[in-house]
Amino acid sequence: MASDGVAVLPAARLRLNGAWVVPPLGILAALFFYPLALIIQQSVTTAGGLPDFGSYARVLAGPLFANALLHTLEIALLATTGCLALGFTMALVLTFVPFPGARALSRLIDTFIALPTFLIALALTFIYGSAGIANMSIMQLTGAEEPPIDFLYTVAGVVLAEVTVYTPFVMRPLLAAFSLIETAQIEVASSLGAGAWRIIRRVILPAALPALLAGGSLCLLLTVNEFGIVFFIGAKGVITLPLLVYGKAIQEDDYTAACVIAVVNIALSLSLFLLYRVMVARVDQGQRGA
Amino acid sequence: MDASGIGFTGVTVAYKGAVALDNLDLDVAPGEIMAIIGPSGCGKTTALRAVAGFVQPTRGRIRIGATDVTDLPPYARDIGMVVQNYALFPHMRVAENVAFGLRARRAPDSLVAERVRDCLVMVGMEAYADRYPRQLSGGQQQRVAIARALAIRPRVLLLDEPLSALDAQIRRNMLGELARLHRDLPHLTVLYVTHDQTEALTLADRIAIMRGGRLIANGTSQMLYRAPPNRFAAEFLGRANLLAVRHEQTDGRFARVRLGDTVLTAMAPFSELAGEVLLCLRPHDIFLAPVSVQPANTLHATVTDVQWLGDQHSVALELAGQVLRLVSTPLRDPPPPGAVVAVHFAAEDASIIPEGTG
Repeated sequence: MASDGVAVLPAARLRLNGAWVVPPLGILAALFFYPLALIIQQSVTTAGGLPDFGSYARVLAGPLFANALLHTLEIALLATTGCLALGFTMALVLTFVPFPGARALSRLIDTFIALPTFLIALALTFIYGSAGIANMSIMQLTGAEEPPIDFLYTVAGVVLAEVTVYTPFVMRPLLAAFSLIETAQIEVASSLGAGAWRIIRRVILPAALPALLAGGSLCLLLTVNEFGIVFFIGAKGVITLPLLVYGKAIQEDDYTAACVIAVVNIALSLSLFLLYRVMVARVDQGQRGA
Repeated sequence: MDASGIGFTGVTVAYKGAVALDNLDLDVAPGEIMAIIGPSGCGKTTALRAVAGFVQPTRGRIRIGATDVTDLPPYARDIGMVVQNYALFPHMRVAENVAFGLRARRAPDSLVAERVRDCLVMVGMEAYADRYPRQLSGGQQQRVAIARALAIRPRVLLLDEPLSALDAQIRRNMLGELARLHRDLPHLTVLYVTHDQTEALTLADRIAIMRGGRLIANGTSQMLYRAPPNRFAAEFLGRANLLAVRHEQTDGRFARVRLGDTVLTAMAPFSELAGEVLLCLRPHDIFLAPVSVQPANTLHATVTDVQWLGDQHSVALELAGQVLRLVSTPLRDPPPPGAVVAVHFAAEDASIIPEGTG
């Protein structure tokens, strides 16, 4: 019974035959690949159903698309920068400046993730809208005729709403990263003569870099594709790619144009996602050391 | 560089009403290594953190050199600190870690480069300047942490259980290196917090023993070991047999005490001895005596247990209801359990502790 000395572990996998792969692939195809293929097909088909590869040149060369692309990128970059700055500051305070209720506050901020995005836009309208609390109070106090606060219906309003909604997406990974920093590192840095700024710059920020990259990339992805907030605020002249897709498809019945823009939007999202993966992988590699 | 001592004057630290440090008065002389030892929660780490500025005393003052640092922030105190888990900055190379304090002081690049090299040479890590901390062993990381603390030429070096995370062999080596380091830097004042009495005895000029936030004993390592002032100090620092005896008479440096019918002589380092006192006998200061020879300070006891530990024998004895343990070089013919043996000790190796203290 010498062979009994060598234990053979059963393979740690279910012994199923290849047929089991079919249902999930089928569902994926029906729900994801087929509609995606339809969009791509529609983008190169005329309304009459004939192939038309000129649609891309026509739509992408138009001023509407350029304007929408620019607004999309502008809003996404501004909002992401705002989320990173606000998220970093808030996570820093919540972790390193303990105060009573800090834990409850961070839970509360977490719940923002559960809220529908347009709700924040609606709330901001109540506060900063032309008939909102802020404007009405100032008009009553000063007797002004026109609402003095009018940033809400501009790019700034959209960015403010997106920062409010998406900051928790940066804070979560940051809070997790901060909780892993040894208190002793901060204390030793302090004993070596480093003030708060140097400690943040040289000790905390490098430790938070992967979380900042992950959170920032996620924010960029979400804000590039944000529809509800931009639509709800309805800022004059602020059209983004998702909004343009909506306009072309629903308001103008121009499905070909809508699909062309949608394809560009998808390509943009996928490139951002790729960038995110590369960044995270590079940071991981850097941390493991060559 | 002038050496700076450390002074605690009536320092009390309380967290939410619980007193972690109770009215501590302690002076560490310039250039001295002072070890603070005691069980967990005795307040030793709190005392060190108060010097570093990480805890604010509720009462009392702390001095480094001639400067009252009680209200100074940690970064203005000119201290080097080494902690148990090294706390190296993981994303910086070894050289950058060591340079951190100098950069924080905006030292010129030439000085930084020179000082970093010197400090790494001092701890034998110059070949590792380009490594990241994660590429080093525990002992190597601790050397870098020490170099980092020394690079700023601190007025005092605070060591918080610096060897606790290392395994036994490396710990012994590091102890030797710390001793050598202090010989190279004789002006450096060191406050060394540990729960390990061997580290304290090996390294420290003086030892402070704490319990429950209070200073229980404070003196040179030799003095505390040879003549502990109370039961706690005797039992915490090395192993001790404490026999309950009755004081009869003090005569200069020696006292006569009675254990049952036997009169014994021992050192009397403390005055005002009366009534019930304790006789402190270290296990290796007691010797088995041939029954035919009966020198002074001889006791008759019954063997209850004999253990052979390779390089020594440990013998447990019982006399008049009290337990006595002795260790000796390996015995060729160890007494069997149940045998009655005579043991003796030199009066100079035993000391009397006032009973009831500590």
